[in-house]
Amino acid sequence: MFGNILIWFVVIPVIMMAGLGLCRNSSMNAIRAVMVVCSTVLLGLSIWLCVDFLRLREMGVSDEMLYTGSWMWYAPLNIHLAVGVDGISVLMLLLSSVIVFAGTFASWKISPLPKNFFLWFALLSTGVFGFFISIDIFTMFMFYEVALIPMYLLIGVWGTGRKEYSAMKLTLMLMGGSAFLMLGLLGIYWHSAPEGGQLTWNILEISRNASIAPEWQNMLFCFTFVGFGVLGAMFPFHTWSPDGHACAPTAVSMLHAGVLMKLGGYGCFRIAIYLLPQAANELAWIFIVLTGVSIVYGAFSACVQTDLKYINAYSSVSHCGMVLFAILMLNTTAMTGAILQMLSHGLMTALFFALIGMIYGRTHTRDIRQMGGLMKIMPYLGVCYMIAGFASLGLPGLSGFVAEMTIFFGSFQNADLFHRIFVIAATCSIVITAVYILRVVGKLLLGPVQDEHHLQLTDATWFERLSTVTLILCIAGIGCFPNWINETIQHSFAPIMAAIQSAAL
Amino acid sequence: MDITLPILILAIPITMFLVLGIGGVKMSHKLAGILGILGMGTTAVLAYIVAFTYFFSGDANFILDGVRQQYQVFDVTWLAFTQTLVVNIGFLLDPISAMMLVVITTISFMVHLYSWGYMEGEPGFQRYYAFLSLFSFSMLGLVVATNIFQMYIFWELVGVSSYLLIGFFYKLPSAVSASKKAFIVTRFADLGFLIGILLLSFYTDTFNFVDMTTNPEGVLASTGGATFMGASVLTWAMVLIFTGGMGKSAMMPLHIWLPDAMEGPTPVSALIHAATMVVAGVYLVARMFPVYCVVDAAMTFICVIGAITAFYAAVVACAQIDIKRILAFSTISQIAFMMVSLGVAYDKPIEGVHYSGLGYMAGMFHLFTHAMFKALLFLGAGALIHAVHSNNYTSMGGLRKYMPITHVTFLIGCLAIAGIWPFAGFFSKDEMLAAMFARHWFWGAWMTMVAGLTAFYMFRMYFLVFWWEENPHYKEHKPHDAPWQMSLPLIFLGAVSIVAGFIPFGELVTWNGEPYHIHIEAPVAATSLVVAVCAIALAAAMYMKKNALPTKVKNMCPALWTAAHRRFYWDEIYMFITHRIIFDIICKGIAWFDRHIIDATMDAFAKITQKTSYAIRGMQSGEIQSYVGWYIAGAVAVAAITWLCLI
Amino acid sequence: MDLSMLWYLVPSVVMFACGIYGFVTRKNLIAILISLELMLNSADLNFVVFNRFLFPGSMDGMVFTLFAIAIAAAETAIAIAIIINIYRSIGNTDVTEINKMKF
Repeated sequence: MFGNILIWFVVIPVIMMAGLGLCRNSSMNAIRAVMVVCSTVLLGLSIWLCVDFLRLREMGVSDEMLYTGSWMWYAPLNIHLAVGVDGISVLMLLLSSVIVFAGTFASWKISPLPKNFFLWFALLSTGVFGFFISIDIFTMFMFYEVALIPMYLLIGVWGTGRKEYSAMKLTLMLMGGSAFLMLGLLGIYWHSAPEGGQLTWNILEISRNASIAPEWQNMLFCFTFVGFGVLGAMFPFHTWSPDGHACAPTAVSMLHAGVLMKLGGYGCFRIAIYLLPQAANELAWIFIVLTGVSIVYGAFSACVQTDLKYINAYSSVSHCGMVLFAILMLNTTAMTGAILQMLSHGLMTALFFALIGMIYGRTHTRDIRQMGGLMKIMPYLGVCYMIAGFASLGLPGLSGFVAEMTIFFGSFQNADLFHRIFVIAATCSIVITAVYILRVVGKLLLGPVQDEHHLQLTDATWFERLSTVTLILCIAGIGCFPNWINETIQHSFAPIMAAIQSAAL
Repeated sequence: MDITLPILILAIPITMFLVLGIGGVKMSHKLAGILGILGMGTTAVLAYIVAFTYFFSGDANFILDGVRQQYQVFDVTWLAFTQTLVVNIGFLLDPISAMMLVVITTISFMVHLYSWGYMEGEPGFQRYYAFLSLFSFSMLGLVVATNIFQMYIFWELVGVSSYLLIGFFYKLPSAVSASKKAFIVTRFADLGFLIGILLLSFYTDTFNFVDMTTNPEGVLASTGGATFMGASVLTWAMVLIFTGGMGKSAMMPLHIWLPDAMEGPTPVSALIHAATMVVAGVYLVARMFPVYCVVDAAMTFICVIGAITAFYAAVVACAQIDIKRILAFSTISQIAFMMVSLGVAYDKPIEGVHYSGLGYMAGMFHLFTHAMFKALLFLGAGALIHAVHSNNYTSMGGLRKYMPITHVTFLIGCLAIAGIWPFAGFFSKDEMLAAMFARHWFWGAWMTMVAGLTAFYMFRMYFLVFWWEENPHYKEHKPHDAPWQMSLPLIFLGAVSIVAGFIPFGELVTWNGEPYHIHIEAPVAATSLVVAVCAIALAAAMYMKKNALPTKVKNMCPALWTAAHRRFYWDEIYMFITHRIIFDIICKGIAWFDRHIIDATMDAFAKITQKTSYAIRGMQSGEIQSYVGWYIAGAVAVAAITWLCLI
Repeated sequence: MDLSMLWYLVPSVVMFACGIYGFVTRKNLIAILISLELMLNSADLNFVVFNRFLFPGSMDGMVFTLFAIAIAAAETAIAIAIIINIYRSIGNTDVTEINKMKF
């Protein structure tokens, strides 16, 4: 079992938790050492996985999932711990480990109770990694829940502002989504085998059997898509996002916006579309309308917010809407764009939240009306914020541009008027994004200094620099050399497209 | 051709940007300046070598049977959208890109040199040079683009470098808002550009310029006659692509950002907002010219927009006080001139016209000469501002004695833009007017009038700055000519503005690569010359000596003057739309809706659950007696129901 | 006169209803206990009656009743002991006052 590399993505966070458990609550250095070592190992492991994956693909291994393994967990219901990755999951693992790494450094000076904070943080990572390696939808769901629950405590205990309310709201709304999801997944399970066969939770087997009746597909599709859509901040189920993010501590915002929201997109893609292709063809239009609204709506809402985190949360609504929107276009290019957008949004929102946390840690306010001219005072953070902003508004050379363009060009291949109208509406968001990003940059960083007290503030420390530089390098890396990502994931769409096309006939 | 030089042309500026941007903080001003100037100088030399090789080497790749060829030096895959729709990054050499390489590197080098004096001692000097390098990189990438998507990429990059440079003095709120405005307006235009590319590439399945322009009929055929709202899809695509050009080239109604962009340092205005970036729109139309030719509606659209803008900007320029604003409006007007010139050109022979692509050649010629003399004028204006510390001509006057070099070079610039023989502007403007008259007398007459206005407002400015009456402040603070770093570019560009007209431009740059021998159209030349001289005479009469005539003219129609001075209220209209309607109504409305409807609904679910629990929690009293009571009531109810059902 | 089963069952039901009424409404623990006894006794009565009229040959109901009476006696003893202890600790025997174990 431990011979499978993928298992280690779950084992290492568990080791991390055990290591933290051994540390004394007061010995900050020991806690940091455990976190740094483990998150570096995770990062190294995911880079190695990525390289090895590409090597295997290069050698012509064209299986849908690589590194597969399956261990019986609960026989009466045929639940397995089944793991396997394709190009998309590999990239998601890479993204998660980068953000865990950056998040560790961003919460270098967390207080109070650093040990407990990192324990929950590690549990959260366990859930996230487990989700991406699973190909058994039951264990996938289980890891999904494992990732959600620590969020409640992390926000409720270490958050700021109306933290109890926000933590409760976030958890309840996501749990509500999970309820839908559970219904959908159970439905898929009960229809997973052709007449009289063994029921299964395994994604590959379900898609191979293709035994779910169309009338059931429609219902299950709605359940699963809404369930994951809540996590992907789909309109009108997005309101947990602004409140939740605004109150969460820095590293949690990073991990949540950076990775957890991607679980939604990934789930929609891997379960709703892949396992229920017929319904996807039939019902995609409903969700195209909803996500199309998300994109424009989130962007417009972001224009008038005054709290930095709210601006970012609404911008996430817009960008994550783009992910789901692209997935629903049901063609390879748009889906590639969706994956790129997940990576890009993950990295740049993580960067944004890290920077907002750093700025908040110094100025003790997140209200842009009370700040100004910070570029003069903390040039390093200012420049990083601008880079994040440019990535967000889609400047070529940074990741946002590549992702958005792939989505637009992919979506535009659906030649009917309905799709065209929504694609053009979605493209309008690039202007609105520019408006709110430049508004924030103008108010926050440029112009005269608003508050005399801010003149005494200092620029970034080494661990803050490390955290931001990691993220910026990744953003620029994707932005300048996007084609290797295309090569990594190109095989992954073939089975999905085949399912969609055979369902359409 | 060896690919080293082309790669270096792009690599040196971007490296310089990274070096100065990341390491600049640790450098002295002097080192950063020298690095920047050396980098750009090297790039300029390399660009000259490439351009001269292209034009004069006679290599079969470049010129075949007397026809200049389009040659892709390299073209590598950057991002594959689909199997066929692939974005490449490449280096295309053809007459216009070679010409632009020369223009951009020359002006950029001059500006680098000039800035050394102009920006001396400014905080953020290293950052300034870093941004200049970034801009040069982006602009060079734009002009050598092999495909429309590469152009779009660099199009966005020049936009952002322009944003950074306009907002260079980031502590001034006016600079911040000007940079924001410039970015958002051009971004809005780029949206049109993007949708245009989406449409075009969907039908043609390629981004490549050479593929599209060598077979425009094929492009037309590929759309299969699809129409949308009465116009063919190709018309929509080409008009939308032109929208992008309208934004960058400040055509009406997207011109509002350019005058405000003068908040940036003056050398930046010279480089970006006069000579290079703002002509990107013209360059885009020229690039896609054969495709535009098959869509008549789009060509007419270009002509109309250009003609209106040219006239509007010229009128507004007559009523401005800030000399940089006058130059900005003059730039808008001149670019519109080029647009009209392209719009009237044809790729097929027309009856009675000896050469149908004349407008194209003339537009490019004017782009070239205009870049030189407009950069000269802006740099001259910079020298003036440097000397008197104000942008307004009201603080100047009588400066010819104090600043002889600036005076002479500025005069050369004014004569060139007014179109006086033998200065550069005369030749290019003559060719443009000839092309317009050849298409239809109306375009010719209209644009001749604009040319007259140009001569008038330029000399109005010239006389008000250098003649009129001496400003009393000179006694306290005596203005003087700028240091050598600033004077050298002025002299060089002045010299170029005198001789550039004699370049046999038609032999080098034409739409199809076949040489064209320029000859002066005597009637057209004579008319425009007479009009220009009359306009200059009028300006001299009004502004040479201090007199009451200007006030009198102004008072004849004060409403018109105020309207022109306020730029016909375009900014106010935009303010109203963006702030009152979009921001106050749409954005705030949506935010309100989100908080009070959507979020409140979600909260309401929680509240209803909570209220219900509070309401029924009294039943869980812990008192066994009440439980028994409920139990018995329930038992009785069940019994009763069963009994009723059984009976 | 031949007494039918009904003559025994009606008092038993009345006794049971009184017991329930007392159990639900009375606040005093002693009164509740007495009501409880009433219900038990009515149930005992039913056992005996049904045994006598429906299964005359068997003695199950009688035995059950004897058990019930014995257990009721024990239960009453324990209940009285608890009530006395409650009275000692809080000073009265009102059920609404006895809510310490609720939380």
